[in-house]
Order: sequence, then C-alpha cells, then structure tokens
Amino acid sequence: MLAKRIIPCLDVRNGKVVKGVNFEGIRDVGDPVECAEEYNRQGADEIVFYDITASFEGRGVFLDVVRETAKKVFVPLTVGGGIKTVDDIRETLRAGADKVSVNSQAVKNPQLIKDGADIFGSQCICVGIDAKKIADHKWTVYINGGRVDMGIDLIDWVKQIEQLGAGEICLNSIDADGTKEGFDIEMLKAVCDACTIPVIASGGAGKINDFAEVFEKTGATAALAASLFHFKELTVGEVKEYCRSKGVIVR
Amino acid sequence: MIAIIDYGAGNIFSVKNALDYLGLESRLVSDKESIKSADAIILPGVGAFPAAMKMLSDTGLVETIKEEAAKKPFLGICLGMQMLFEKGYEFEECDGLGLIKGSVRKMEEPDLIIPHMGWNKLEKLNDCPLFEGLGDNEYVYFVHSYKAECADENISAYSEYGGRVPALVYDGKFIYGAQFHPEKSGATGLKILKNFAALI
Repeated sequence: MLAKRIIPCLDVRNGKVVKGVNFEGIRDVGDPVECAEEYNRQGADEIVFYDITASFEGRGVFLDVVRETAKKVFVPLTVGGGIKTVDDIRETLRAGADKVSVNSQAVKNPQLIKDGADIFGSQCICVGIDAKKIADHKWTVYINGGRVDMGIDLIDWVKQIEQLGAGEICLNSIDADGTKEGFDIEMLKAVCDACTIPVIASGGAGKINDFAEVFEKTGATAALAASLFHFKELTVGEVKEYCRSKGVIVR
Repeated sequence: MIAIIDYGAGNIFSVKNALDYLGLESRLVSDKESIKSADAIILPGVGAFPAAMKMLSDTGLVETIKEEAAKKPFLGICLGMQMLFEKGYEFEECDGLGLIKGSVRKMEEPDLIIPHMGWNKLEKLNDCPLFEGLGDNEYVYFVHSYKAECADENISAYSEYGGRVPALVYDGKFIYGAQFHPEKSGATGLKILKNFAALI
C-alpha cells in the first residue's frame, strides 16, 4: 500500500530558511541544507524548498542550496518559487530538484504546465495553488503569495491543470494558513473529488492530530507543513508515529 | 567504475550524487568504449518511453548496451527499467531493449490516483542479490504512470497499487530493473545501490 507522505517545507530567502506567517512578518532562521538533513533524519518523505528571493543574485544562491542538498539528502526534493519559464524548470531540475512547483506563473500562463509536462514528464510538474473561500462550497485562486485574487474558480482550475498534464497539486488554503487550526478539510475534499492526480494538503497544521485527520477525512496523499516543523513544535517522526497509531499507513 | 548512461533523459545527477555519497566510482558516459570498459552499467530515465528510446537509439548505443548487459551487472531505473522490456505502450507501441520478456502498459484501474507517486512497500517474491541486508518492511519511492507486465519468475519484488506493480525485476543473471528510484529512497535505496555495486 502506498504510504501517506509527510512533507516539511523550507522557505528560503538569500540562502537562509525563513518562515512567513500568513505570508507576512517573516522571521529569519537557519541553514537550509542542515535543516533538510535534519528532516531527512526525522523521516521526511520529501522535502520542499520554496524560493522567496526576488532578485537574480538570490536565485543563484538558492540553486546552490538545492545542489548541496541533493548531494546529501536522498529523498525527493521539490522546488518552488520564481519559476516562470521552461528554462527555469530545466535549470531547477539540473540543480537536483526532482519536481518543480509552479504557482502564480501557471495561472498567468497555463501553457507552462503543458510545456513542462511534455518536455520533462508530468511526474516533475507540481502545481501549487493558493485558494480562498468566497461562498459556500466555492473558492477562488489567488496569486503572488496569496495577495491577488484572480477570480478563477478553484475546481475549474484543478480540472484544467490536470488536463494540461500536471502530475500533482499542492493545495494551500489561505484561510487556514498560519492559523494552526487544522487543514482545510472541506476545500481538500472538493479538490480530491475533482481530480485523479495526487493532492498535497498545505496550510493550517498546528496539532499532531491535524495530520491524521486530513488523511482520514480527505483523499490527500500527502500533508505539508513549514513552521510547525521548523520551530520544532513537532518532529516529522512524532507525526508519523501518531498517524501510524491511528491506522494511517506511513513509511 | 560504474557507467551511468547519459543519453539526454533522466535523473542522472541524482544517481551520480547517490553513488558519490556511497564512495562508489562512477562516470556519466555516452560513448561505446566507456560502456565496454565499465564494471557495471546503470541506465536511468524519466519521461516518456518512445522519446527516451529514440534518444537512446540516436546515441547509437543500443547494440553496445545489449551486448554489455549480458556480461556485467546492469541496472535500469524507472523508465530505464521499463525500457528493458520488449515493448512499451506509452502513446504508441514502441520497441524496448528486449532484455527481459514482457511489456509496459498504462496503469488504469478505476479511481486510481495517477501517477503512482510516493513511498510504497516492497513485497518480496523471489530472492535477489540486491535485497542483501534488507528487512521485510522496506519502503521505496515511486513515481510512474505505466507498469511492467512480465512473468512472476522475473519479479523479485512488487508493490501493491491497484494490483501488483513489479518493483524490482531480475533476469537471473546480470540484468536488474527498479521501477522505484533507489537514489531517492533514503537508506533503503542507498543499500540497494550498494548491493548492486557489490556485484562487481
């Protein structure tokens, strides 16, 4: 049986790990390569690096982080942030990423998903989505770190990206993100029902039971968290042990 | 020296990184002589079957690979494993290397989430030298949408995902194929690569 994945996410700026709360009030902490090694020791099933650097110079430093990590950590690495073109995808994969996560740019230019999937394979194209509830059972897609509402219906977008060849979706709930009140179960259920590609739950993890709950109540195949692991409130190992005790299959 | 065949497709850097980490000498190669002089060969691969077979054919290495795979340890990884079989059916029918009997077809059981992406348990079916030192509860990392169909005698281990998915295949002599990514499967994967190198 396929195990549910627990994925720590590292937000990186200028070669350092930082963690934003509701995308604002960023706190600076730690060396990303060391953090990734630590998560690997804890049993992380995959590691996500998110580049929040805005500059060209920062991009080089960021890719060096990916390169160094890929020499020491032998679990899948997903890299997101700042990927705008097929060449960006190629450069990121060559630096040692196994998958890229495209978000804002995929909304602005959906063809990027198709081109990326055609050239590099669907397996390495993860589409990140930031979405927010606007009415009962209705959500819209945001870009630019959750700041700009594109007015696109979430479920329509999910169907479109699956058609375009995305291999996976990382679904972040803007409403839940940073609240530590649990994953957005309702939104995750709606998205998992609308597609047959893997969905990663993101945003809202605060307690150990949140992970077991998202696997029990939705079809998500993975759950992602950043600050919870980064500030050592929980270890990946503790989360997996707890999930196992609740009958969830984990590695 | 382990030759990692570089034909323009695939996760060659990840494989190289893993072998470097284990202190095993390896080189990315794309010429006949290097493949002939290597002690073992790894054929990586990600992407689509027909495109990868075409790239491999374009290098002119197919005959050399077939000859050398009969003489020394040979490991195909992911798409590199799928290409070991006689035929693939990704988009169109396409000839594989034909080193192991069988074909590669789309996984399409209803309601199955595709790709098969993540860590799945190895269920051992037949003895295989690459299992040396591994326990009975080993998980490895998969990411693929097509699977091999072949005789049980060639399946060393499978994983359960909408039925049996051949995970590790072996021809009983020199040729091994891993549908999963040993270079991305943590300590278990590194152990498998180490076992492969120990066959030299």
